[in-house]
Amino acid sequence: MKDKAAIKIIETPLSEETARELRVGQSVLINGTIFTARDKVHGYLMSQKPRPEEMPFNLDGAIIYHCGPVISEENGSFTVIAAGPTTSQRMQMYEPFVISHYGVRGIIGKGGMSMEVAEAMRESGCVYLHAIGGAGALLAEKIKKVEGVWMLEEFGRAEAMWALRVEEFPAFVTIDSTGASIHAEVERTSKQRLSGLIQR
Amino acid sequence: MLRLRDGIKEIIRKTAVSLPRDIEEALKAAYESEPENSPSREALSQMLENARIAKGTLKPLCQDTGTPIFYVRVPRELSFAVVEQSIIEGVRLATESVPLRPNAVDVLTEKNTGDNTGLFFPEIYFEQSEQDTLIIDLSLKGAGSENAGTFYKLPDERLKAGRDLDGVRKCVLDAVYSIQGRACPPYTVGVGIAGTRLAASKLSRNSLMRKLGEWAADPMVMELEKRLLSEINSLGIGAMGLGGNCTALGVKINHAHRHTGSYFVDVSIACWANRRSRLVW
Repeated sequence: MKDKAAIKIIETPLSEETARELRVGQSVLINGTIFTARDKVHGYLMSQKPRPEEMPFNLDGAIIYHCGPVISEENGSFTVIAAGPTTSQRMQMYEPFVISHYGVRGIIGKGGMSMEVAEAMRESGCVYLHAIGGAGALLAEKIKKVEGVWMLEEFGRAEAMWALRVEEFPAFVTIDSTGASIHAEVERTSKQRLSGLIQR
Repeated sequence: MLRLRDGIKEIIRKTAVSLPRDIEEALKAAYESEPENSPSREALSQMLENARIAKGTLKPLCQDTGTPIFYVRVPRELSFAVVEQSIIEGVRLATESVPLRPNAVDVLTEKNTGDNTGLFFPEIYFEQSEQDTLIIDLSLKGAGSENAGTFYKLPDERLKAGRDLDGVRKCVLDAVYSIQGRACPPYTVGVGIAGTRLAASKLSRNSLMRKLGEWAADPMVMELEKRLLSEINSLGIGAMGLGGNCTALGVKINHAHRHTGSYFVDVSIACWANRRSRLVW
């Protein structure tokens, strides 16, 4: 583990100020409630634009989690079995709208997002929080409770929006509200090295 | 065939909740090689911790429990149809009991079947075997890594890649560069070289089943595997694309004779959790 003192603990909902203070390279531990949203929920939010009163959860200041969890149900209560991040690239075309329209302050995912999303984050005050892909069992242990679900019937368990109470959920800031992106940086460096290797 | 069905259910569970030993060892070595306090070292540490938790609690390593892909070698006295039925029932049982995430979606209605079975789902490939035992190799292939595969037709003008092994090398480097960290590196990179598209894909996908220590039998191909592994790792993409020295754990190349007029290269990607197992029955 990294030096504990270097890790920043953040609580949901995030204020604009907190979101804007975070910088790329920082490790964070998240406490509070996060909301899963992947392809179908993003598509729905953008095409139907449900008003806040038409939704069971308030996304203002919220952290969204790109995740399609494995969930089991017993006597009407849900347990998260495995819940790592999914590839955020698929949500790119919806995210600038979701961030600015609903006031989302944090996106947890993996693999990073485009410069268009980074620009929306800079404008609105939002950060991208990179979790470890494939760490489904480890991250499920950080989820203490399923607080609610929306669109379960319509979209199924993997695609519904789940409200999850988390404690010390680990992530790295890889895109911040200044427009800095570790993903863009790694891509630039690797592009130079690739050119050297294939001598076009 | 009640027992075979249960054996298949158990091999699915084992594959979903534990890493192959060679992969776990390679992740440990990668962790040791990254500098203290680097994001890539922390990423690798979480992967190893995740593997310990999954094995201890018998929970899936990853929420994407994948497309189940079976490579089956069937002895003469056993019928393909009987084995196929046992596999499908084993997948249904495992979906409920492991549990697996239901991943089979009807492309016409967009409905999820809920039990990981459907048309060509799970994927099953049969071969007749001369031996007395039934051998079933299973891969649980996550969508993030499957989406990252790339297909090339040589020559490729954009890459200045000709119809030779150096052209193949350029394709593989381009494929890994293009996906960056989106498919959960460190990757196992599988390559198929052939004269038809189907053969290239099949060879590429099969190569991911080879253990990391098993290099290609042909010395020229082995040399290319080793060179590519080192060149891919020099790109600096690193674990989860956070920057670092370990982007791939292995490169596996399979090749076939090609038609004079065709030269296909298929690059398949497995995420760090290259979940594969063998059942001998």
